[in-house]
Amino acid sequence: MTMEEVQKTYKIYIGGQFPRTESGRYYPLFDKKKKLIANVCLCSKKDHRNAVVAARNVFGAWSGRSAFNRSQILYRIAEMMEGRKDQFIHELLLQGVSSGEAKKEVRLSIDRMVYYAGWCDKYQAVFSSVNPVASSHFNFSVPEPTGVVGILGPESFSLLGLISLIAPVILSGNTCVVLASHSKPLCAVTFAEVLQTSDLPGGVVNILTGTSKELLEHFASHMDVNALLLATGDAASIKMASEKCALNVKRFFDRLGIDWSSDSTQSPYYILDTTEIKTTWHPIENIGAGKAGY
Amino acid sequence: MTDNKLELKEGWKYSPSPESTSHINLQKRYGLFIGGKFVKPSSGKYFPSINPATEEKIAEVAEANEKDVNAAVNAARKAYDKVWKKMPGAERGKYIFRIARLLQERAREFAVIESMDGGKPIRESRDIDIPLAANHFFYYAGWADKLEYAFPGKGELAPLSSRRGGRGEAKALGVAAQIIPWNFPLLMAAWKIAPALACGNTVVLKPAETTSLTALKLAELIAESGLPDGVVNIITGAGVTGAALVNHPGIDKIAFTGSTDVGKLIQKSVAGTKKKLTLELGGKAANIIFDDAPIDQAVEGIINGIFFNQGHVCCAGSRLFVQEGVAETVIRKLKDRMETLIVGDPLDKNTDIGAINSKQQLETIKKFIEIGKQEGSGFYETSCNLPSKGFWCKPTLFLNASQSHRVVQEEIFGPVLAVQTFRTVEEVIEKANNIPYGLSAGVWTDKGSKIFNLTSKLRAGVVWANTYNKFDPTSPFGGYKESGFGREGGLHGLSAYLK
Repeated sequence: MTMEEVQKTYKIYIGGQFPRTESGRYYPLFDKKKKLIANVCLCSKKDHRNAVVAARNVFGAWSGRSAFNRSQILYRIAEMMEGRKDQFIHELLLQGVSSGEAKKEVRLSIDRMVYYAGWCDKYQAVFSSVNPVASSHFNFSVPEPTGVVGILGPESFSLLGLISLIAPVILSGNTCVVLASHSKPLCAVTFAEVLQTSDLPGGVVNILTGTSKELLEHFASHMDVNALLLATGDAASIKMASEKCALNVKRFFDRLGIDWSSDSTQSPYYILDTTEIKTTWHPIENIGAGKAGY
Repeated sequence: MTDNKLELKEGWKYSPSPESTSHINLQKRYGLFIGGKFVKPSSGKYFPSINPATEEKIAEVAEANEKDVNAAVNAARKAYDKVWKKMPGAERGKYIFRIARLLQERAREFAVIESMDGGKPIRESRDIDIPLAANHFFYYAGWADKLEYAFPGKGELAPLSSRRGGRGEAKALGVAAQIIPWNFPLLMAAWKIAPALACGNTVVLKPAETTSLTALKLAELIAESGLPDGVVNIITGAGVTGAALVNHPGIDKIAFTGSTDVGKLIQKSVAGTKKKLTLELGGKAANIIFDDAPIDQAVEGIINGIFFNQGHVCCAGSRLFVQEGVAETVIRKLKDRMETLIVGDPLDKNTDIGAINSKQQLETIKKFIEIGKQEGSGFYETSCNLPSKGFWCKPTLFLNASQSHRVVQEEIFGPVLAVQTFRTVEEVIEKANNIPYGLSAGVWTDKGSKIFNLTSKLRAGVVWANTYNKFDPTSPFGGYKESGFGREGGLHGLSAYLK
């Protein structure tokens, strides 16, 4: 007698929960032999809105965590990924990625998470400045997270691309709403399960599945989203999305045509893109200068 | 504690002390500064530049059309390709240093023209606008040969070739189109031109149509400086000219300072192009007074926050939040202090509040005052007399404003302050942040830990603690949210002009 395998239901990830799409819709995902792998949630505008609410609600708490704490949580994510390595590889294989490529992608994904985990409490020192103003003031500038960030992940490198986009966004304290690869959505959902067991507060990363054709417009036009990273689509979708971004002066970054397996796609400057430089002034009392020369 | 009423107005009478205008050099009519010389506009059209304090015409300014915009962009491209991009940074820096020096030498002339053309008090144009403009050129001049230290390693991000430069090297963008507002005409020109040139870009600048004159004087000065022809081009006109510049396919970069509405139009119009964009837009800053604040200093900060430059300031502290325990005292002292403000001739050295920049802006302010009255926001104005000619507005408060009122939510850009009270830190943080803007904020308290709590939680690009409306070339300035993106000033200001 053969024991039947228990198959996983792939759901979405909003506010730390794994609901199905509120729309009740799905799309079937097949392997190369046209065998059904999973029925994947076909998310709606309403799912996106729910995810933005979850992301906004936790923004204050997440950005208020200490940088060291965020660093530990991101490193914890890498640890959890390591434990799920075989599952990620298996899912990539199911979705048509070759064995060698799958192993490499998962290895790089974990390494990239470790790379960014280390930046959590260091990019501030690199990108901040103490400004020698000509008046008697103490003046300094520091990067702060921009808020809620929308991310549309790439079709290829469905895990590595996603992690390369998410990690530099959340490490500074941003929260995000992510649309997974349409053709290879499985690793994104499994990555959500990793996040759920990594002490990352629910809502910091929200992961939807579906089509960018349907959802891009909502990602770009939502008035409570501060920035948008677009790694899928064509020239027309860039134009449409960046036009909609103007509705609330959303920061827009096109991340198309990137070889996510290259080392040059990890950089602290990606962190800077979804931060805002804040400058603080305070007067300095100027007494006793003549006695300060010892 | 003594809460003596200030009686300055009763005790002192100020004799008129007008700044002389005899030393300034203004032409009757200005052309467009393209390719190193002044040329006639192809339309042959000119429009008047008015002194808002007297409603008299000071000079005529050319109206640039699409053809002129094209000529200016071509001149900038040619200068970029043939001269500027090949020039070593150290040499570029020398030109920018020279511009700073020439501006310092002629500072008073520029200050007088700035006050005549824009209506701001001579005390501000003399002590703030013009020196800061010169300092901005001086500061960025020194960056021109040090750019590799600004963003080390950034150029190594090879795959994003559309946004990043080659390996390890900071690269200019090319031709920068720059559109500036009428509230700090010369200062905004300096904020735009200085970092652009330091980073190796060439420039087409369009000043606001009501305040073109100091930019045109700057064009004269730039010609005298020997800066290669076409590196800076200055064209004048209104929104149509600006739109033609923004939509010109030959530009690589747009830097815009102005209203959020126009900023959104520009962001939309560059969608799908390779043009790089920075926006410095509107604001509605919270100026927060805690009950442990040094009250008299805070009152000065409120005054400076909202009445500096007639309130024509994107970072103006236009929403006042006073903690309940001191609200009565603060408002009483604020009213007393407001009575001492001298509104009148911008060229008089005693003047605190000058003329509203234009008739159109005065109408906008009056419209908002009407709205505030109808909303029941608690209208109050000072008893000062206003000159019979020109555009003027009394210092105004709305004392019963609440979060949903339009005088709280919308940028008025005039000497109008919306006042709210609060009880707790949490409450004031929520109220202060609950607005689409995020340019600046002010905090007044004697307690250091409270200051840092507030300054880190306020979602704004510039936070002044126990001070307000301070600016410096080394200090980055710019907004969160709908107040725009990108920074001007300091090291961070360089990134707007580099790949």
